[in-house]
Amino acid sequence: MSDAVVTLHGVSYGVGSRRIFSDLSLSARRGEITAIMGPSGTGKTTLLRLITGQVAAQSGEIRVFGEDVRAMDREALYALRKRMGMLFQNGALLSDLSVFDNVAFPVRAHARLPESVLRALVLTKLHAVGLRGASALMPTELSGGMARRVALARAIVMDPELLIYDEPFVGLDPISMGVVVRLIRQINETLGLTSIVVSHDVDEVSSIAHQSYLLAGGKVVAGGLPETLRHSEEPGVRQFMRGEADGPVPFHYPADNYQDELLGSSPSGRT
Amino acid sequence: MIDSALSRIGRVGLFLVRVLSNIPAIFEQPRAVVHQIYNSGGRSLIIIMLCGLFVGMVLGLQGYDLLQRFGSEDALGIAAALGLLKELGPVVTALLFAGRAGTALTSEIGLMRATDQLTAMEMMAVDPVRQVVLPRFIGGIIALPLLVAIFNIVGLFGAQLIGVQLMGVDAGAFWSQTQQAVELDDVAEGIVKSLAFGLVCSLVAVYEGYHAEPTAAGVGLATTRTVVVSSVLTLLVDYMLTAAFLGA
Repeated sequence: MSDAVVTLHGVSYGVGSRRIFSDLSLSARRGEITAIMGPSGTGKTTLLRLITGQVAAQSGEIRVFGEDVRAMDREALYALRKRMGMLFQNGALLSDLSVFDNVAFPVRAHARLPESVLRALVLTKLHAVGLRGASALMPTELSGGMARRVALARAIVMDPELLIYDEPFVGLDPISMGVVVRLIRQINETLGLTSIVVSHDVDEVSSIAHQSYLLAGGKVVAGGLPETLRHSEEPGVRQFMRGEADGPVPFHYPADNYQDELLGSSPSGRT
Repeated sequence: MIDSALSRIGRVGLFLVRVLSNIPAIFEQPRAVVHQIYNSGGRSLIIIMLCGLFVGMVLGLQGYDLLQRFGSEDALGIAAALGLLKELGPVVTALLFAGRAGTALTSEIGLMRATDQLTAMEMMAVDPVRQVVLPRFIGGIIALPLLVAIFNIVGLFGAQLIGVQLMGVDAGAFWSQTQQAVELDDVAEGIVKSLAFGLVCSLVAVYEGYHAEPTAAGVGLATTRTVVVSSVLTLLVDYMLTAAFLGA
């Protein structure tokens, strides 16, 4: 696909004997928001780590901006990462720097800008996320939602072409969640970015995504328009999209027979 | 067991090479190094001075007790000065440094790992070894010899306090014999040891922090390892350097 910014084809990855992905394929198109959903523990964050080259896939092809991530050395990866921004689940703000210095951090690391220009740039980005007034605060003085917004300002301060969000809605109150949802959409539209949002918050992520993928068992089990996934009758997709407690993903962790275990005749039963 | 120890030594060696290969970057962030000298050194000052005073006082008491049996209590200054300069100063300071500054470095870097701050840097195309590890490593190496010097001065004052003020050793004899007996080689031995201990303690602290498992338990374990490994290595290196200096 020529307009794909990120392409994964036949990717397999595992840690030790545990297989996380087998023959995984998906793509994220330029200018769109691509949602990657799936139950906890399916490897959504690991997928982002593969895309950004933090871990290396054992087989398959991962291309970002047309470049093969698996073949890159540290220098090439750093050059690639300058074209992307990432929002971490907890914000990952540098704890010994103020909000202003956190946002200024990547600029200071990669560009020699006069302090006045840097100040204007940082304040512009903080204003975009509504936190210009919090520039002097330290990360410990921020709420979870505010920290996420500062991290977003930091992620866009270098004007990346690709923005990756790892669980951006986790632990946020409804107001903060609404703000973050709106910001992701706004930033994607106004800056013309390509965005990948990893989340298990179905409603929020579906409301802004152009296309969605559902991961389960190390594979893409469904992909397409969010509405298509929402109305899918495939049991696994339906269980996740509608939040049903039981289904292909069982409520109970595999265990011995309940009655046997209670009566103590099961080998794993405790007396 | 031997395999795992050797592979661990290899990993630490490679990490050291990676840190040292970034040395030129230190000139781009002199303020960060100064900040880390304050963090590791300045914040350890009180405990170092306090312990230096007590060690010196004990040295004064024990030295006086021993020397007066031979009627040589005037040599107390020499005994205290050489004991502090060549052994007690560098070793005790390094052990205290490992417990105070080393653990702080490990837990700080470990927590940065656990809260994704190091990964965030990598994602911003900033090498965390260059940005986080290097200033702390160099700051520790510079801070330890400075702390040793302060420990020695306060320790000598403590020995003088007991020997001269309490036990009645002649002040003139105490200081003049010290001045005559202590040679530049003795000072050099202390400086070399404190630099070596600074390198060992700082390296262990940053290595353990950087490679800590990103959990509360993992950071705790790494912090404990920093104290244990630094202390053992300090004593091992001390023996090797002492043997080398005596052999030279």
